[in-house]
Amino acid sequence: MKITVNGQAMELDAGTTVEGLLARLGVPRQYTAVAVNREVTPKSEYAAVKLGEGDRVEIVRPFGGGAR
Amino acid sequence: MYDTNLVIGGKEFSSRLIVGTGKYSSNEAMREAHEASGAQVVTVAIRRVSLPGNGESILDFIDTTRYTLLPNTAGCYTADEAIRTAYLAREAGLGDMVKLEVIGDARTLFPDVQGLLEATKTLARDGFVVMPYTNDDPVMAKRLEEAGAAVVMPLGAPIGSGLGIRNPYNIKLVLQSVSVPVIVDAGVGTASDAAIAMELGCDGVLMNTAIAAARNPVEMARAMKLAVEAGRLAYKAGRMSKKLYATASSPLEGVPDWTS
Repeated sequence: MKITVNGQAMELDAGTTVEGLLARLGVPRQYTAVAVNREVTPKSEYAAVKLGEGDRVEIVRPFGGGAR
Repeated sequence: MYDTNLVIGGKEFSSRLIVGTGKYSSNEAMREAHEASGAQVVTVAIRRVSLPGNGESILDFIDTTRYTLLPNTAGCYTADEAIRTAYLAREAGLGDMVKLEVIGDARTLFPDVQGLLEATKTLARDGFVVMPYTNDDPVMAKRLEEAGAAVVMPLGAPIGSGLGIRNPYNIKLVLQSVSVPVIVDAGVGTASDAAIAMELGCDGVLMNTAIAAARNPVEMARAMKLAVEAGRLAYKAGRMSKKLYATASSPLEGVPDWTS
């Protein structure tokens, strides 16, 4: 199935979970947050939430900046 | 010297300076500047991780046992974007505090106060400690307080401009219109600007570029620490009143007679 992660197209096996996606991408869990189709996915649900065709995933972390 | 702490959403801070994490030449330079600033709160942006997700994180350079992280919604142009960003930050484990920015215009980066008010209401209702970046309007400050803002953060001048406190009278009006802490956010360019904000009676100052873009960020960070402390102390001490003409400091009696 095709999904979009942080704006990049990606091909994944059907049934891949959020947990599986993070592991595949090597993204650390601490201070990371995930939204699927604009809704925030709680960390406790990473293993349960299966991604579907066309899903748009955002994976974010803290970065430098913001204040002036 | 005894002073009360700055209280934000029930958390107490002895430092009244909040600093940013952007625009530094290196993460090491940022860490040193943070140290010199004496700040206890540092603000961070929320951004997409680069994929694949390796590489160093800014959090390798911020001791989170020592600094409170303040996620911000910089770059958000609608209440919806800002609200979703705040939820992401909370889920990321960055706590309940949020420096709320809803930007209305890319050139001035002035706030969209309508969106800001809406986002403040929603996030305060959902248990966030909302710290809205707003303009220097006492009426809007009051509305934000009524909407549940934990502090209000009026700009001194446009973000990143370094123009200083352009309208100290409005900042004073903001101070009189709300009972929550007032933190000047944006516009500070050098130490005297921070001192002015504190002399006006502000509860704190938030800055990034003034330190990060200084030729020597570590020295400027220390200058800002001292300026915030000096301004605070001067405010508490109560300045003398201004007079148009001179008043002699020495006695007028007993002056020797040199007339010939």
